[in-house]
Amino acid sequence: MTKPPRRLMTAPRGVGHLRGDQPFPVAAKAAVADPQLRRNLGNATATIRAKRAAVVGELPDWQQLRAAGAAIKDAVLANLDNYLIQLEERVTARGGTVHWARDANEANRIVTGLVQAAGATEVVKVKSMATQEIGLNEALADAGIVAWETDLAELIVQLGHDQPSHILVPAIHRNRAEIREIFLREMGGVDPALTDHPAALAEAARTHLRRKFLTADVAVSGANFAVAETGTLAVVESEGNGRMCLTLPRTLITVMGIEKLVPTWRDLEVFLQLLPRSSTGERMNPYTSMWTGATEGQAFHLVLLDNGRTATLADPRGRDALRCIRCSACLNVCPVYERTGGHAYGSVYPGPIGAVLSPQLTGVADNASLPFASSLCGACLDACPVAIDIPSMLVHLRAQAVDAKRHRVPSPEQAAMAAAAWTMAEPARWTRALRVARFSKWVRRRRALPPPLSAWIRARDLPEPPPQTFRDWWTDGGR
Amino acid sequence: MRVALFVTCLVDGLFPDVGKATVRLLRRLGHDVEVPLRQTCCGQMHVNTGYPREALPLVRNHVETFLDYDAIVVPSGSCTGSIRHQHADVARQFGDDTLAEGAQIVAKHTYELSEFLVDVLGVTDVGAYYPHRVTYHPTCHSLRLLRVGDRPLRLLREVRGLDLVELPDAESCCGFGGTFALKNPDVSTAMLADKMSNVLATRAEVCSAGDSSCLMHIGGGLSRLHAGVRTVHLAEILAAS
Repeated sequence: MTKPPRRLMTAPRGVGHLRGDQPFPVAAKAAVADPQLRRNLGNATATIRAKRAAVVGELPDWQQLRAAGAAIKDAVLANLDNYLIQLEERVTARGGTVHWARDANEANRIVTGLVQAAGATEVVKVKSMATQEIGLNEALADAGIVAWETDLAELIVQLGHDQPSHILVPAIHRNRAEIREIFLREMGGVDPALTDHPAALAEAARTHLRRKFLTADVAVSGANFAVAETGTLAVVESEGNGRMCLTLPRTLITVMGIEKLVPTWRDLEVFLQLLPRSSTGERMNPYTSMWTGATEGQAFHLVLLDNGRTATLADPRGRDALRCIRCSACLNVCPVYERTGGHAYGSVYPGPIGAVLSPQLTGVADNASLPFASSLCGACLDACPVAIDIPSMLVHLRAQAVDAKRHRVPSPEQAAMAAAAWTMAEPARWTRALRVARFSKWVRRRRALPPPLSAWIRARDLPEPPPQTFRDWWTDGGR
Repeated sequence: MRVALFVTCLVDGLFPDVGKATVRLLRRLGHDVEVPLRQTCCGQMHVNTGYPREALPLVRNHVETFLDYDAIVVPSGSCTGSIRHQHADVARQFGDDTLAEGAQIVAKHTYELSEFLVDVLGVTDVGAYYPHRVTYHPTCHSLRLLRVGDRPLRLLREVRGLDLVELPDAESCCGFGGTFALKNPDVSTAMLADKMSNVLATRAEVCSAGDSSCLMHIGGGLSRLHAGVRTVHLAEILAAS
């Protein structure tokens, strides 16, 4: 008998900033205890939620758009190999160079080599999740290259020696008073009279960044979309910093996850409606930049990043996570994210999508607590513009996390689950168990309970055990 | 029409009054509900905690118990959601296609209480009298998995004497989430705190919902605060007269 191919084992797992130092519940405990963080997050997510709801509500065909977005992405994923080769051909034909990176380390080596070959010691960056994921700034720093983030929020994170906590608004955990302090401390040459008025803060960043745009020889970007039929790349943004980076420097390097493709130019029509409405709550984002291959006076390199994506694609119950267009609508509606912020998730991908994407990119064993970081309330699925069924995927990944540990001695949880299932699979056993439980000292005391029930009674009382179960009442005549 | 009650394990063991209320309500509406005692648990806790293998015998027991009924009424949105969206899938995962077919049939005949009253029986005025100030928490699975919409509110609005007050930020999760409350107690408690302050802001005497699990969570928190607000299942209000 031949063994089935073990595709999950052959595709490389993702490395880079996808794993935290602590399990989610431990990291979340500190976040929940920080009242400033909770206020910042509560205010910011409530504002974005309301904006999104308003602009989504005004489109009568929103559900059809979502279905179209999901279908286009599914078609791409089903034929990803062909589309990627088509993209490579088109980009190469237009004078660009395509590089293939198996994982974060390979991508970092490629980009570092390209920057060095261009003779540059500084690069300007367009905000990009892919380069956050691979830890490009750190890799460049190790090679003596300074990377300047030019997105305002990303700049705040970089100057604050901080980590992004949101996909779209990486400094969502900061308020403007904190931002003013960071600018005064880290930016250099800032007027000490700087106020925390948003316009004043933006002007300080603008002055700081303008010098970088005009002097940098190399820019590094991500991509929101790549059109396979034309080889066109697209970046959508709000501040114009992306447009500057993409057009001014002599060398442009774009790092893009392999799932970012759409088959045809026409498909952009769907996503350019879905993305801004879902992410910033705008009908249209202020800047959409598109380019095809190299342009006059500028060399172009495209780095295609796998880093666990092929392994994710191999799981039919998990691959829908690759539909994600990084809008972060699921973060903004998530009651868990709203209380913990992004850092608790450990990965650069936080929130509901992070809880399904990070464990798949790394393999569930490396992110075993993330699939459990959800109450399964379902708000993420409703908000997702490409209809990723995150709750069902979380449940699927939970089973994987449990199965990964099954070969060992059963944990207390495993033993309890097995015992409960054994009891409840047989009505007679269940009936007996209910009677016994009512007289057990734990149930009667309801104050000093062993873990994990101790976690319940820290903030909540247990219900009074009833004098009679429902089935006993029914058996007694049910009147 | 042969109508069965799936009372759920939680109601059976801890909140029998919810089951009794459901029986009395359906009888008052002229339906002699049956309670097959072979029923135990839908297995949702196992599935949602990563133990579908352990849930499989529970799914089998459930399907075999309820296969022959025309309608199965459940006083829980969450358990109805599991029966509708998880049972057949669990059976299929472990290669039992016959069980999956049975599960689909049972799922088609299974109704959350407000669905059964409004859609099957076609009533919104169930003849109840409940002279209290009540706020209603639409539980996540009723809302987003079953899409019961405003059915519970339509039922409550017809209850005589009842003063229904809107719950601010009603559609936010209370933080229960089954074993989530135990695995992530700090986040769960933070969510509960916000839910409770919204409940208290309504100055209602009673917080109602269609799920005893969520009510156990909210009620457990309110009781710890000695807040003086009671949690009462929708079935108990609709059965009151």
